Amino acid sequence: MDRLTYVGHRLLQLIPVMFGCTLVVFFMVHLIPGDPARTMLGPRATPENVARLHKEWGLDQPLINQYLDFLSRLIHGDLGTSLFYGIEVRQMLSERIGPTLWLMGLAAIIAVSIAVPLATLAATKKDGVRDQAIRFVPMFGLGMPPFWLGIILILVFGLNMGRLFPVGGYGDGFFGHLHSMILPAITIAVFLAPILIRSLRASLLDILQSDYITTARSKGIPEKRVIARHAVRNGVISMVTVLGLNMAYLVGGTFVVEKVFAIPGLGTMMIDGILQRDFTVVQAVTLTFAILVVLINLVTDVVHSLLDPRVRF
Amino acid sequence: MTTLADPVEPAAGLPEYRPARGFRQRWYRTPSFVAGIVIIGALVLMAVFAPIVTTHSPTDQDLKNILKGPSSEHWLGTDQLGRDLWSRMVYAGRTDLKIGFLAVILPFCIGTVLGCLAGYYGRITDTIVLYFVNVVVAFPFLILITAILFTLGPGQSSIYIAITLVGWVSYCRLVRAEILVAKRQEYVLAAQAAGLRDSRIIVRHILPNVITQSIVFAMSDIVLVLAAIVTLGYIGIGVQPPTPDWGNMIADGQNFLTTRWQLSTFPGLAVVITGIGLSLLGDGLADLLRPE
Repeated sequence: MDRLTYVGHRLLQLIPVMFGCTLVVFFMVHLIPGDPARTMLGPRATPENVARLHKEWGLDQPLINQYLDFLSRLIHGDLGTSLFYGIEVRQMLSERIGPTLWLMGLAAIIAVSIAVPLATLAATKKDGVRDQAIRFVPMFGLGMPPFWLGIILILVFGLNMGRLFPVGGYGDGFFGHLHSMILPAITIAVFLAPILIRSLRASLLDILQSDYITTARSKGIPEKRVIARHAVRNGVISMVTVLGLNMAYLVGGTFVVEKVFAIPGLGTMMIDGILQRDFTVVQAVTLTFAILVVLINLVTDVVHSLLDPRVRF
Repeated sequence: MTTLADPVEPAAGLPEYRPARGFRQRWYRTPSFVAGIVIIGALVLMAVFAPIVTTHSPTDQDLKNILKGPSSEHWLGTDQLGRDLWSRMVYAGRTDLKIGFLAVILPFCIGTVLGCLAGYYGRITDTIVLYFVNVVVAFPFLILITAILFTLGPGQSSIYIAITLVGWVSYCRLVRAEILVAKRQEYVLAAQAAGLRDSRIIVRHILPNVITQSIVFAMSDIVLVLAAIVTLGYIGIGVQPPTPDWGNMIADGQNFLTTRWQLSTFPGLAVVITGIGLSLLGDGLADLLRPE
């Protein structure tokens, strides 16, 4: 099987899972206690208005028809209209996804640039003081709620310390985005980096024991070059998988970070939607997050297969 | 026979020889386990004896003394409604720890049962269970919990339901993977050859051998669940005021970050300390339960 067939195969496998995801978000909204039409129109709604809205939303149809209708609209890219803002959810999503991708990308870059040197330091001096410190210090961050770390960073770097970074917002232009994204990205990277360090350290320890490293050393290649060119380059391959898996996982933990820093991304959109009881928005964002996770996993697999020629399809 | 009792220095380069011992003889020699027990024990004791270790009621307002700094009467100061911060933190711990510990029980049981069935019987059972696992896993953990809570409405019972609906997946995957290996081992084949019922083989023979992983994972799962509860409280759809919860305390305090930084910082520190305690406990437990 060549690479294209492999990707096609993986995409096919995704169909039943995505189908399940649409079922989950569909029923999520239908299990909400009370009548969404009544909730939207308020306590003074007339029965005629409620009935009209029911008809408009297709709520008078049998559940299965409603689901099929939902699915066919979804395939055409129609995610409904925001109950609160009255604009198309699709349009809101396209505006909001940029900041979220920016944040995740920057966080990943920061996390990798922390993890690779630290893991290399730890692995080259196994069980030394450096190794112990690098292994145990991150433990302090594990139980920390991400949004709380965000607040602390705002307190230290946004409100004190000469107000180095803005306390929130998205900024203008590339450097504006970069400037306002630094603190939230660091917040996320603090949670991502320990996981990466752990996996990279473990694979480096394995690699440093392997024959080709001994060969490289016996050829008289300087140790620094052995580590940088021979060991780390291979260690990073396994880290890609871990990074992908955890990015997907962290998407969830960090949507609140957006809210803390007032970044107009998907997370803020979801939380605002919850507070405004705007269920088409919550439904759409939940589904978008699921698609994002599934895509990240797919990209991870493909990138891994590109980086590691030993991966068989 | 005295030589046998002498500690034998391990030869250089060889891994240290450690005789297998029972849990009871070794638990106090595992530093991370002891440290975890001490931290979590102290927190649980404080939560249980909250009325004794606090000076004020967590919900009593005193509008003449709002946003006060630490004093002999209010150890950590007061919040925007004049409520005692220390008392609120202790009572919040009571709520959050209770929910955290209770909320992992159901997912643990459901996940283990489904994992056993899927792993042992394979075929169609496995396919169905795995499908549900894949669908749940496609959603980020906190997003799905938040969405379910949005559906069910805020409150403690909704938190339990949401965490159960999402949390069983990890246990199911763990147990299933372990059973897939275990069911090909000789002791299981022997039990099958002896004609024992499937239920007996699973519960009495396989489960005791595979459950360790899940127990260790449960410790780190409590950390995750606790973070989720606090996050939900912070968003405003978790534990509802006036019941204090570390999450809604952080959210309330955020508005007063420039005047009273303690209000947001201390509840967060409490979460961090709990997280460290549970991580240490989990690490220690993993060391203790690992077969040598």
